[in-house]
Amino acid sequence: MDLAAQLAQNWSVGVFIVAVLALCTFMVTASALLGGRAWGHNKETPYESGIVPAGSAHQRFSVKFYMVAMLFVIFDVEALYLFGWAISIRETGWTGLIGATIFIFILLAGLIYDSRVGALDWVPKRRVQPDRVHQPAQRDQADN
Amino acid sequence: MSWMSTDVLLAITVGVLKAIVILLAAVLSGAFLTVIERRLLGLWQDRYGPNRVGIFGSGQLIADMIKIFFKEDWIPPFADRKLFVLAPAIAFASLLLSFLVIPITPGWGVADLNIGILFFFAMAGINVYAVLFGGYASANKYALIGAMRASAQTLSYEVFIGLSLMGVVAMTGSFNMRDIVNGQEGLWYIVPQFFGFLTFLIAGVAVTHRAPFDQPEAEQEIADGYHVEYSSMKFGMFFIGEYVGIVLVSALLTTLFMGGWHGPLLPPIVWFLLKTSFFVMLFVLARAALPRPRYDRVMQFGWKFCLPLTLINLLVTGVVVLLTA
Repeated sequence: MDLAAQLAQNWSVGVFIVAVLALCTFMVTASALLGGRAWGHNKETPYESGIVPAGSAHQRFSVKFYMVAMLFVIFDVEALYLFGWAISIRETGWTGLIGATIFIFILLAGLIYDSRVGALDWVPKRRVQPDRVHQPAQRDQADN
Repeated sequence: MSWMSTDVLLAITVGVLKAIVILLAAVLSGAFLTVIERRLLGLWQDRYGPNRVGIFGSGQLIADMIKIFFKEDWIPPFADRKLFVLAPAIAFASLLLSFLVIPITPGWGVADLNIGILFFFAMAGINVYAVLFGGYASANKYALIGAMRASAQTLSYEVFIGLSLMGVVAMTGSFNMRDIVNGQEGLWYIVPQFFGFLTFLIAGVAVTHRAPFDQPEAEQEIADGYHVEYSSMKFGMFFIGEYVGIVLVSALLTTLFMGGWHGPLLPPIVWFLLKTSFFVMLFVLARAALPRPRYDRVMQFGWKFCLPLTLINLLVTGVVVLLTA
């Protein structure tokens, strides 16, 4: 790429980014300046479908979300290594392919393990509660 | 050659003007899509949709813009002010910035980045923060739950959005979007990379929170999800940002799998616009036709089906590329 094209591209990228930011600023401030103001008795309360808000909104939520975050970090970082392989697939040749195959199968094994321990199930099907698992069997015996 | 010479300045001016035209086209197509979608949904549901303002409802967008700009811009006193204002700006800007890397025709396109696809991944990653900040800063239970759902879903689908495109990258040997389009002159990548196409389409729908992956905004369960406390143009930015995301994902699908501007007879720009609008219509049709699956099913589908599929697809692509090299 020659100098003129390079300079033109740098300038257009810069102007593009500045224009996007300017557009955002304009939209946020313009509506803040133009909008009306109204006052109401129960206006300054969080929306909870019309009932009086109960308790703080910054409450605890399910641990499953942390699990998803951890799985994301693990698998996304490992996917990044595959990006490097995908771009250089012809340079690394069959040696690279063998390495990538081993890597992908380790990833798949990890995924199957996560799936088997129930990490991917949003609602675990069988909670490990021995007495409940055995209950139906006992009832069957009683019926017989 | 001095860099202050006339032809250099001319090249810079033309480049900058092109960049601004592309930006405006992206924003306007996102904005017009808000009307077009309602109109199409209406027609597909045997009603008219918005048809009162202007000829066949063509003035609806202007009416909506005027209305939304003059709405009260309410920042809840219980909200975290800075994050609350920042969130819609991120939602709007991050996907709009991704238009930098899209080559529209041989002569049009803002940047010819060697890391083209990676830039899109980065921007899609930043987009998660918009939802998270918006939901957290609103200090509202619906918003918090919606934001948690949205970020968990987006993260789950971003794991394989990259892997689904690596087949294309492996076949081209480049992250550069222009090289990818040029690599499809003979055969569009949708044929050899069909599973990559499918998974990228699914992930693209999920990342833009569109139906059938719109659990973050499931109105029956959590009112409106992460933007329930937003009003005025701040809501509008989330709203238009979503449509900009649709246009972006459609343009990416066109560029990466459908041969970009390549096509017989018609000029390149027409082919690009035709293919992109086809995918945009597909997005709207999906919303009109498909029911919303349960949240746990969505998460399981991503992790247990799509992620292994993309991994195996990449591996098979690698073998084929090496065999044919």
